[in-house]
Amino acid sequence: MKCRTCGQKAVVNMRQHKLALCKEHYLEWIPEQTRRFIEKYKMFTREEKVLVAVSGGKDSLSLWDILQRLGYQADGLYICLGIDEDLSYSSESQRLAGKFAAEHGLKLHIVDIQKEYGATIPQFNLKSHRGRGKPCSVCGLVKRHVMNHIARDFGYDVLATGHNLDDEAAVLFGNTLTWSGEYLLRQGPVLLGTPGLARKVKPLCRIYEREMLAYALLRGIEYIYDECPFSVGSTSIYYKQLLNKLESDRPGAKLSFYLSFLEARKSGLFAEREEIQAELHPCPNCGQPTSAPGLCSFCRMMSR
Amino acid sequence: MVKLVLRDQEFEVRPGMTMLDALKKNDILLESVLCTRDGELIAEDEILKDGDVIKLIAVISGG
Repeated sequence: MKCRTCGQKAVVNMRQHKLALCKEHYLEWIPEQTRRFIEKYKMFTREEKVLVAVSGGKDSLSLWDILQRLGYQADGLYICLGIDEDLSYSSESQRLAGKFAAEHGLKLHIVDIQKEYGATIPQFNLKSHRGRGKPCSVCGLVKRHVMNHIARDFGYDVLATGHNLDDEAAVLFGNTLTWSGEYLLRQGPVLLGTPGLARKVKPLCRIYEREMLAYALLRGIEYIYDECPFSVGSTSIYYKQLLNKLESDRPGAKLSFYLSFLEARKSGLFAEREEIQAELHPCPNCGQPTSAPGLCSFCRMMSR
Repeated sequence: MVKLVLRDQEFEVRPGMTMLDALKKNDILLESVLCTRDGELIAEDEILKDGDVIKLIAVISGG
C-alpha cells in the first residue's frame, strides 16, 4: 500500500476516505483536517483563548499537540478524579499530562477533586444516587462543573475536548436507540456558550478513534493505555464495538451516521435550540446555568 | 510462526499471510486495533514473516 502523496510505503490506511498515507504525510494530514473542521464549524479563532480538557489519554493529548502546532492559544486542564484504587489510573494520567505540558512548554491547570471538594469520584459516588452504582454519571457531572468553572474564572473563550468520531457516533447511537430528543438536540461539534456556560467544541469529532491512536503513536505521544477501571463493560464501549463491526462490513458507516445526523439536525429535523435555552436558570450557589429552578445537580450533590 | 499480542492475549498464525488475514483468522476487527512490528506501525496489506512478533494496540479507550 502506497502513500497517496509521495508513493512511499503507507502506514495508515483509511478505508472510509480511500486514503493511505506514510508517517510524514499522515502527521501533516491530521492537523490539517482538524484545522479544517475548526474553521468549518466556527469553533474558535487564533485570537481566542482555548482551554483543552486533558485526561492523559491519546485523544486529548493529541488534540493539545495539534492545536499548539496549528498556532492556537491552548492551555490545558487536568482534573484529578482520585481513581487510584486498583491501579494508579489518576496518578499515572496526571503524570503523563504534566509530562506533555512540561516537554512542550504549555500551561496546565490542575484541579484535584479531593483537595477542592473533599472527596474523590468513587467517594462521591457512594453519596450519590446517580448512575446505578457506577461512578460514570457522577464523574461526568463533576468534570462538566469543573471545566466550566475554570474556563469562566480564567477567562477562556472556549473549552475544547478530545471527543473523536467514535465517541460521537456511540453517543448518537445510544440516544437514537432511546430517542432521547433533548440529548440529540444538544449533540454537535459546537455547543454554543450561554451566560455562565463556556462554549464547548470538539475539534476531533470527524476523526476516527483509530486515526487518533495512529496520530499519538506516530507523533510519539506518551498516553495512558489502560482504560478507566470503571469504564470496563460500559455501554459506550459496547456501542463502539457494534459500530466497528458495522464499519468493518461497510467502510464509512460511522462517519456517514454522524454526518447525516448533523445534516438532519441542521435541516430542522429536531427542535430549535432556543426552546431549551429559555429553560435555563442560574444556580443560586455557583451561578452555573441549570435546567430547573434551585440548586444545580453539582451543588445538590455537594450539599448531601 | 508469527505471534500476535493483544494486551494479555497471544495468537499464532502462519507466516506468508497478510496482516488483515491474520486478524480475520483470529476474529479481531481491523477497526479495533493498530498493528505494530518492532515499534513501527504497519498497514493491513503487510505480509507477515516467520518470527515476526506483532503487537496489536487496542483502539477503544474508555474514561
